[in-house]
Amino acid sequence: MEPFTRVTAVAVPIDLPNIDTDRVIPARFLRKDRSVPEYSSFLFHDVRFTADGAERPDFILNQAPYRGARIVVAAENFGCGSSREAAVWALAANGFRSVIAPSLGDIFHQNCFKNGVLPVILPAEAAAGLRRQLHDRPGATLTVDLETQAVTAPDGAQHRFEVDAFRKEMLLTGRDEIGLTLGFETKIVEFEARHAREMAWAVPPRAST
Amino acid sequence: MFEKIWARHVVAEGPGGHVLLYIDRHLLHEGTTAAFGRLARRGRRVRRPDLSFATADHYLLTSPGPPTSDAETRGMVEALGRHTADQRILYFGVGDPRRGIVHIIGPEQGLTVPGITLVCGDSHTATHGAFGALAFGIGSSEVEHVLATQTLWQKKPLTMRISVDGRLGPGVNAKDVILAIIAKIGAGGAVRHAIEYAGSTIRGMSMDERMTVCNMSIEAGARAGMIAPDETTFAYIEGRPLAPSGQAWQTALAEWKALPSDPGAVFDREAQLAASEIAPTVTWGTSPQDALPISARVPDPAAVADPGRRESMARALAYMGLEPGTPLSDVTVNRVFIGSCTNSRLDDLRAAARIAKGRRAVVPAWIVPGSGLIKRAAEAEGLDRVFMDAGFEWREAGCSMCVGMNGETAAAGERVASTSNRNFEGRQGKGARTHLMSPAMAAAAAVTGKLTDVRTLGT
Repeated sequence: MEPFTRVTAVAVPIDLPNIDTDRVIPARFLRKDRSVPEYSSFLFHDVRFTADGAERPDFILNQAPYRGARIVVAAENFGCGSSREAAVWALAANGFRSVIAPSLGDIFHQNCFKNGVLPVILPAEAAAGLRRQLHDRPGATLTVDLETQAVTAPDGAQHRFEVDAFRKEMLLTGRDEIGLTLGFETKIVEFEARHAREMAWAVPPRAST
Repeated sequence: MFEKIWARHVVAEGPGGHVLLYIDRHLLHEGTTAAFGRLARRGRRVRRPDLSFATADHYLLTSPGPPTSDAETRGMVEALGRHTADQRILYFGVGDPRRGIVHIIGPEQGLTVPGITLVCGDSHTATHGAFGALAFGIGSSEVEHVLATQTLWQKKPLTMRISVDGRLGPGVNAKDVILAIIAKIGAGGAVRHAIEYAGSTIRGMSMDERMTVCNMSIEAGARAGMIAPDETTFAYIEGRPLAPSGQAWQTALAEWKALPSDPGAVFDREAQLAASEIAPTVTWGTSPQDALPISARVPDPAAVADPGRRESMARALAYMGLEPGTPLSDVTVNRVFIGSCTNSRLDDLRAAARIAKGRRAVVPAWIVPGSGLIKRAAEAEGLDRVFMDAGFEWREAGCSMCVGMNGETAAAGERVASTSNRNFEGRQGKGARTHLMSPAMAAAAAVTGKLTDVRTLGT
């Protein structure tokens, strides 16, 4: 996984609350492998392109100043709905490294951490303030610094954010989480032995296949 | 209850309040196959194949004939069959009558029991919480993590109790209850929380109804949704093929009876609803929180003070093709979908059949049972005849038009009365317009061709 330390980049404001992951990547693209060259075009596909594939000029990612954006500043509950990790893959395929919002869908939030995308929760007023600045100054940049846990706004103001120590460490180092957990093998074996004694009923009988 | 289950599954403590949580059940479907490939490429094995269970539901067609429509989806289903055979994972595949929607077959087979942790690469996994299990949806990377380690790094969610008390009125059921809850607390109202549903209304529900409630917890943003196990739960589980039996059943039962939250248990948040205030409910917008009684009118964005909410409503109404002030019961529909992990169990099919019986569908109306076994059970009761005599289409088990991944979608502009869980833009097909409702309400819409108060048809 690509580590995340500090990113300074153009940020795109997305103002509607409750943007679900079906909108981020429609279900019909979920069968596609991430390696296909057109993968980046699946992001927000049905609101980004017309039926014949032309860009919709009113969609913000199609507007010149925001084309190189690598940070999303969203409204409440961005990434709600389906667990599809492809929502994060499609953002990452377009270069996005961070999503800032007052709240995020829980599974989307988790999925971000697994893909080197930093989810940042800011108070609703702070996030709305950032979106306002990004509308007023299209193409303005933000800095998201994981080490100091701060977002620097276009106006220079700093917004501190919280991030779990565990997730912070994993992102800073880009460490493979499964590799880390496999290092806990002894603990898992001990747990399984105890669990098998105390909750023997929790292992289902082998069924005929 | 949540705390008790959590505490018994902590393998190790990590930094920042994260724990390594042990997973008792892992359910897989053909949409989560990619994780097997990544696992194999890194030379890793499935740690506990005896705790993983697989089925095919998302991409299979529910029409008679070939199970898939194209090479791509056929490849996904075949890959799942191959991986599960390689790893000796029990797979309910094509042709197996036990095959069905992953959240239907777990309980049906007795895999879903109180007190366990259960995960699946699908956001509607909270369905299993109806049994007093801690069940939640995970992403593809986490699926791979569970396959390799049978654990997940998790931060403990906050807890929220939602109490519903009193008797539901005629024509009002579990779907109306959960839609009313989501409308009350909002689509993001329970983000970072595990919900426990409590109160006399919940206690009085069958397991099928409880599963409908827990299923849509994610639509309020919740990580999990749970109901304390009781005699209704135990009666449902006893004797199912993969449930504990013999001495294990006795031990399990004693432990399950001690699971419910203690009387003085404190929750981070509480919410209450009165059953008497819940009416047959339909959604009008593009979020499950956009729900109103069928007797209401399409709301007017101009009457809303918050500018963000106003814009969001206006956009939803434009997508849905609705005018503010229109009575919801005047809205005509183009098709009806009765199915999904929310509403495709036997209770749901019976409720729809009661409305369909002796009437005639005036728009295309699909019935998609949740599993092969539900289909058989419904046929044994003659429900298939009721539906077919009424002009409904009786189909094979699967996710079908809830998510449309298998190509079973509605056309752009088509308005669907649907018993599924999401009315998101494009969910049932690009440009398709979804109104969520209960099976009885969907059947009513099928026979009248418009959103209809089921109480007017005599329930």
